[in-house]
Amino acid sequence: MPLIDVAGLERTFVVRRRAGFMRRSKSVVRAVQDLTFSIEAGEMVGYIGPNGAGKSTTIKMLTGILVPTSGELRVAGLEPSRQRTDLARRIGVVFGQRTTLWWDLPLRDSFELLQKIYRVPDQRFRENLDRFVELLDLGDQLDTPVRQLSLGQRMRGDITAALLHDPEILYLDEPTIGLDVVSKGRLREFLRALNAERGTTLLLTTHDLQDIEALCDRVIVIDHGTSVYDGTLAGLHAQGGSTRTLVVDLVDTGPPIDVPGAEVRKVEGPRQWLSFPADASAAPLVAAVASAYDVADLSIQEPDIEDVIRELYSHGA
Amino acid sequence: MADRLWRPVACYGDMVRLWIRAELSYPASFAMLVVGSMMINALDFVAIAIMFSSIDTLGGFGLREIALLYGATGVGIGVADTAIGSVERIGEFVRTGRLDQMLTKPVPLLVQVCSDRFTLRRLGRITQASVVLVWALPIVDWTPTRVLVAVVMLLSSSALFFGLFVLFSCVQFWTTDASEFANAFTYGGNTLTQYPLTVFPREVALALTFVLPIAFVNWYPCLYLLGRSDPNGLPDWLQFCSPLAAAAVITVALLVWRTGVRRYTSTGS
Repeated sequence: MPLIDVAGLERTFVVRRRAGFMRRSKSVVRAVQDLTFSIEAGEMVGYIGPNGAGKSTTIKMLTGILVPTSGELRVAGLEPSRQRTDLARRIGVVFGQRTTLWWDLPLRDSFELLQKIYRVPDQRFRENLDRFVELLDLGDQLDTPVRQLSLGQRMRGDITAALLHDPEILYLDEPTIGLDVVSKGRLREFLRALNAERGTTLLLTTHDLQDIEALCDRVIVIDHGTSVYDGTLAGLHAQGGSTRTLVVDLVDTGPPIDVPGAEVRKVEGPRQWLSFPADASAAPLVAAVASAYDVADLSIQEPDIEDVIRELYSHGA
Repeated sequence: MADRLWRPVACYGDMVRLWIRAELSYPASFAMLVVGSMMINALDFVAIAIMFSSIDTLGGFGLREIALLYGATGVGIGVADTAIGSVERIGEFVRTGRLDQMLTKPVPLLVQVCSDRFTLRRLGRITQASVVLVWALPIVDWTPTRVLVAVVMLLSSSALFFGLFVLFSCVQFWTTDASEFANAFTYGGNTLTQYPLTVFPREVALALTFVLPIAFVNWYPCLYLLGRSDPNGLPDWLQFCSPLAAAAVITVALLVWRTGVRRYTSTGS
């Protein structure tokens, strides 16, 4: 049985709008509708979509914060909203834009409080804390009140906080938002190691598609509250009709390069941009260009996944 | 089952201990806040005492008798406010998304909300009310039953205010910002019960008995302690009903709380 099982899930909100003095009009908004997917233990899944697509609403239902309007929902065999506190022991949640830590307390106190809340045995707690503090390089910050931490330090603190009780599932909502490149890289490395060593299942919502590329074998794209794509990242490229780009620097300025299987998109002096299908091999193309022209340099640009998804949305809508 | 009941209490204790430790790590600011809170509260009863320099009785009750009423309701709301005062901030928790965080923790939400940022600062109110209460004690002709009724009164009074705090804070699940509405009933109820109910019209006394049973916080048990019958003519057995009133209010409060949590719709991401 899958670890997360969602079938025909729906959640509606009643939205009241002002319609003149003291009058309100009501309308029903479907934040999530007819959503179906399942996730096996140990998977790392990217959950992406535009703002307002229903990502956060889904996560809130999966964690038991929101009660679904209708549909089936099982996480680790439990019904989240009814067995919320039982489920809470088995999941970790990180909301990137908010902290779970106590603002006025040093990190160490927050962690101790969480140990009590989750009833983590002393020895296990110390092992986990030591390990995460080392991996996430938090040693110097343990006695600093959370409000004095930098965003990156706070995020690492939040991730440690979400993992102290050895959850089977870790939900990450925009974990790298606002972090610098180095912090992002370190965080991704840490999450990969976590999945490899402990088999923790990861569900990640993000706007940073590099997070997805670095971490997720599988992507679920959601739009207007329902899943519009579920599969591999490569498949997403293919479906979105995405292309890769071969950048060719010729020795001299020349006419547009003419080779089969690629077309020239742009010419700028000796440099030319050729696009070709993302699922085609670059090797024959490179060989064809090199044999017919005097080439100074070559490079390949991977498709921008943002474009791919935009493409997908416009097809779906 | 025992575990289900004990665990939340133990968890509440753990969290409260941590907040106290954090608070005491700034001893000077803590001491100043407690003294300040005591001074504000002290002036409160002084105003009533000054009133008595020009009158002998109020609604048929003397100063010490009123001190008894004042002390009983003050200790009650003080204990409730100290123990679970944070429940008033539920609207803030909803707005800031803190409630979402709490909902992902394996401890009942009410325990987390009540213990969040626990502060001993509120002890000022209990101290002041206790002083007034102790000063009033000689007015009672003490018997073992009256001692028992007095102890039960203080427990029920705390419990009843606990229920009122929770009940009216729940409104914020729907409106997200109406802590003043809750204050009207909790602190308002406290102010009403600082005076003998005989100063109000009979209808008010009945409403405070049967609709919002705040009169059980001190009025009925104090009538027993003072050996009086109800001036409004209600039966004497009501004087022993404070624990029932507290239980009723808490039951309603917990039901409304549960409904509020289930209807909770969270905020945007």
